[in-house]
Amino acid sequence: MTDIASLKSELTSMVEAANNLQSLEQARVTALGKKGRITDLMKTLGGMDPEERKTTGQALNALKDEIAALIAKQESALRKQEMAGRLATETIDVTLSPQQQRKGHIHPISQTMDELVTIFADMGFEVVEGPDIEDEYHDFTALNFPIGHPAREEHDTFYLPDDPDEKGEEARKLLRTHTSAVQIHTMKKRKPPLKVMYMGRCYRADSDMTHTPMFHQFEILLVDKKSHMGHLKGCLMDFVRAFFEIDDLPVRFRPSFFPFVEPGAEMDIGCSRKGGGLKIGAGDDWLEILGCGMVHPNVLKNCGIDPDEYQGFAAGMGVDRLAMLKYGIPDLRTFFESDTRWLSHYGFDPLERPNAATGS
Amino acid sequence: MKFTLSWLKRHLDTDASLEEICDKLTAIGLELEGLEDRAALFAPFTVAHVEAAEKHPDADKLKVCTVKTKDHGTLQVVCGAPNARTGMKGIFAPEGSYIPGSDMTLKKGVIRGVESCGMLVSEREMGLSDEHEGIIEVDEALEIGTPFANVFGLGDPLIDIALTPNRVDCAGVRGIARDLAASGLGTLIDQDESAVKGKGKCPVDVKIEDKDGCPLFIGRMIKNVKNGPSPDWLQQMLTSIGLRPISALVDITNLMNIDQCRPLHVFDADNLKGNITVRETKKGEKIEALNDKTYTSEAGAVGICDDSGLLAFGGIVGGVPTGCTEDTVNVFVEAAYFNPMRIARTGRDMQIESDARYRFERGIDPEFTTTGMEMATRLIVELCGGEVSETVTAGKMPDWKREIEHDPDFVEKLAGFDVPEEKQLEIFASLGFEVKGKGPYKVTPPPWRGDVQGKPDLVEEIIRIIGYDHIPPVSVRPDDAIRHSAETQNLTRTRKARTSLAARGLDECVTWSFMSKDLAGQFGSNDNALTLTNPISSELDQMRPSLLPNLIEAAGRNHDRGFSDVALCEVGPQFQSVKPDGQQFVAAGIRAGAYADRHWTDSDANREVNAFDAKADAMAVLESCGAPSASLQVSRDAPDYYHPGRSGTLKLGPNVLAQFGEIHPAVLEDMDIKTPVVGFEVYLQNIPEARKKGTAKKLLELPPLQAVSRDFAFLVDQDVGASDMIRAAKGADKNLITDASVFDIYTGKGVEDGKKSVALNVMIQPADKTLTDEELEALAQKITDNVASKTGGTLRG
Repeated sequence: MTDIASLKSELTSMVEAANNLQSLEQARVTALGKKGRITDLMKTLGGMDPEERKTTGQALNALKDEIAALIAKQESALRKQEMAGRLATETIDVTLSPQQQRKGHIHPISQTMDELVTIFADMGFEVVEGPDIEDEYHDFTALNFPIGHPAREEHDTFYLPDDPDEKGEEARKLLRTHTSAVQIHTMKKRKPPLKVMYMGRCYRADSDMTHTPMFHQFEILLVDKKSHMGHLKGCLMDFVRAFFEIDDLPVRFRPSFFPFVEPGAEMDIGCSRKGGGLKIGAGDDWLEILGCGMVHPNVLKNCGIDPDEYQGFAAGMGVDRLAMLKYGIPDLRTFFESDTRWLSHYGFDPLERPNAATGS
Repeated sequence: MKFTLSWLKRHLDTDASLEEICDKLTAIGLELEGLEDRAALFAPFTVAHVEAAEKHPDADKLKVCTVKTKDHGTLQVVCGAPNARTGMKGIFAPEGSYIPGSDMTLKKGVIRGVESCGMLVSEREMGLSDEHEGIIEVDEALEIGTPFANVFGLGDPLIDIALTPNRVDCAGVRGIARDLAASGLGTLIDQDESAVKGKGKCPVDVKIEDKDGCPLFIGRMIKNVKNGPSPDWLQQMLTSIGLRPISALVDITNLMNIDQCRPLHVFDADNLKGNITVRETKKGEKIEALNDKTYTSEAGAVGICDDSGLLAFGGIVGGVPTGCTEDTVNVFVEAAYFNPMRIARTGRDMQIESDARYRFERGIDPEFTTTGMEMATRLIVELCGGEVSETVTAGKMPDWKREIEHDPDFVEKLAGFDVPEEKQLEIFASLGFEVKGKGPYKVTPPPWRGDVQGKPDLVEEIIRIIGYDHIPPVSVRPDDAIRHSAETQNLTRTRKARTSLAARGLDECVTWSFMSKDLAGQFGSNDNALTLTNPISSELDQMRPSLLPNLIEAAGRNHDRGFSDVALCEVGPQFQSVKPDGQQFVAAGIRAGAYADRHWTDSDANREVNAFDAKADAMAVLESCGAPSASLQVSRDAPDYYHPGRSGTLKLGPNVLAQFGEIHPAVLEDMDIKTPVVGFEVYLQNIPEARKKGTAKKLLELPPLQAVSRDFAFLVDQDVGASDMIRAAKGADKNLITDASVFDIYTGKGVEDGKKSVALNVMIQPADKTLTDEELEALAQKITDNVASKTGGTLRG
């Protein structure tokens, strides 16, 4: 038994002394190999009496397991050590920039339109559509612009050649000067109650610091048997406060004129111009934000709706101007220049889509 | 519409402050557009005495003046005005003052070696007129130091209101005062509207042939007037709102226009030939107008004529030969009422803007025609003397009276708040509306309110005088949640398309719906039916047949600014015809220059953009909009603005969903674009609607067995399409083969000319039992056979 004890101590120190995987393998062969020390002793078991064979055999097996475990432990330690050595040589320059995916942006007009749709959808309005190329009837006459009236001229309309397939005013093709023409299409197609919104490109032959020949409008229309100016005001107050994200944004309603509404109104929001910059919110000044009013009985009549039974309101606003005001974009003309520096500065992350839960 | 506070107070007796007046104007619908406190603006400028004006030693046209001022002492001023002379009195602007007419702040200067402190100003520099021939001369009796504003009656706040087209009654100060009085801000001051008694018949007779254009014409002769500069009070009133005084007779008509909203015309009677006839103009009649322009008439304008021919466009502008001058002795005064539509049409056709046109085309008070004549007569006699004839009247008062039924309860129904009946009647009375009956009432608007036509107009009158701030806000939020999307399919697709493109790195643009007709021809069509008849420029005269050209031009502009590698997209309309269905919703995009910036990890990062980048963009849009991308067919028939060999069309049967490819180099050359450009167009409306069966997705069934991947390399002719090979491989066993894709293409050594080696990877998914080697081998053979029969490809050894 003393042989086993000294062998154990000898083999243990040999394994522990192994300081690399190669010498550990040597130690393993020496200890456990086919011709190794423990195997050698195992071979002597045959010459022993049964009692001794049993005890020695058990002791040798225990030693074998013990040394094998020790080798495994030593191997794991040595592997870790070796990996650490290798990793130490694998350093990279983490300050280098990774390969970036090109970043795209949503145009502020699209973003603003999505915000408007989100806010009004939340109030129960649904989207309807109409074409950019309209005719004299839908853009003016049906909207109660008297023929030859100066209000028509104020629109600086772009005209296209007459459509030979149509007659009269419907043949006189033009680019819509406002989205209000969609009112007519909608009311001719559908009967009240109506609670709709529509938006898009509008065109006027005007180009200077504050006008572009193409611009965007957003409009709402609500027609039923009971909605009055109080509803109009409430709806628009809810809207401007949600849009500008200012709970106590002051609003002012004042009389104005648009041929297709009566009474007509314009809405102003509070602002301050102190110190040169424009700041929206409670202040000492007002900023015109939209036009609106009760749908004119003539417009309802033109669409086959009885004005003695139905009434309602419409409101329209300039999307580009709303975007300028909300996002502090100074020059309208830059919206249409497609300058990539402008697009990435004023544009929006495509993941930042407006929704009612996260706010517009 | 501009007027001063003191002018308003000639008609309105009020204690209200300027601020109250301005707030009330806006509240009743006469929106305050500007308020100029000119006393402050003009404060630095005062009367100064030119003690000496001597020739500049170094310049013939300049004078060195010694100018005595009240607050700045006696100064040396260099002046170029020919009228600068010793002894005169002018207006002095000190150093550091802001000169409104030239938008600059005055600095001390040295002019040809002579120091000049401040300046003697012209009318233009003060913003009074365009006069810049000489400096302002004032009455030598004025004291040195008298404020400039006082001399010219400019000390008064100038109020500017934005008049909506319906409120022509407020294109006269009297009308504004009437509205303010009705709103409780004071009382309207009575004015003398009585008739002036004339002596003898008017020697000029008037005949109306064009009764539609001119229903009523009142004329009167005033003989032996003495015309000349009008008195200071009148000159100052006109100057105060930016009008230039001319002569008493002309100034009186201008005053009647602004003060009473009553355009009139005065003829020099000695230049009239015979009597006046009002008739439609014939095409080609010439007139030398008082606005210094000569017009050749269109047919159908309202012409005021005498025996010599056309004298004036009635209600728009008069002519020079019969106009009044300082020498006029006998004057024929015209007060007429013209048909607004006819005035509007002539004004538009002839492109003449005038104060008279502005008023007549909006429909002024017809009843006031007579009153206007009497008031003007009184003024003429007062300022110029003369003997007044009786009036001559042709035509008759147009029938303007109408009754509107008014139910007092309708106010609350439409406006959302109740106004007591007595209050409603009180407002009607204060605005000059006649009310008959006892609810429902019959209401007759006054003659100056032609805009009030129906029941809601009456409601507006009542609530605007009470104030829109009394309208109680009521929310329109629905009580129950909305059960469906508020978007239309177009809008949903538009939103998804732009989001997926921006996520792929494209910047969304918004470009004009129009473009140049020439360029449009290269992008599909430049049909005349879609050419604007009045474009703002020839670069923007055609409705775009495609979104690409505007984006390509934008890439060019960005290139010129030093940004060549751009990825731009737009989602918007393009136009095929003027019909409602001729407008298509398109998502289009381009990539120009390099695909990405150079990068240390990838030597190929900076590669040029290629057709597959555009194809990937198009596919991304299609997928985001729910197109069945696996069933798309690719063909080579993209329009000819694409590279003929490097472009394609994505279709479902005959339905074209998208096009993509390199933009044709010849097109780029024509557009002066120096970088390669690839582009795509997706026709959002052509994407078939997804068949929707509830909200649940199809159940996911995961096969229990692992898929097997096998690679094949085929030799095929160069022109064989990869999609045909893939379809052939997949077709070998539609149940077992789940996917096939090309992972390598090789030409060159080992591959004969005209051929290419295409490596396919095929994914095989056994369903219920593992495939044996023999079965796999048989399937591989079937794939090989199928590819061979469909594409002529042979397995590469």
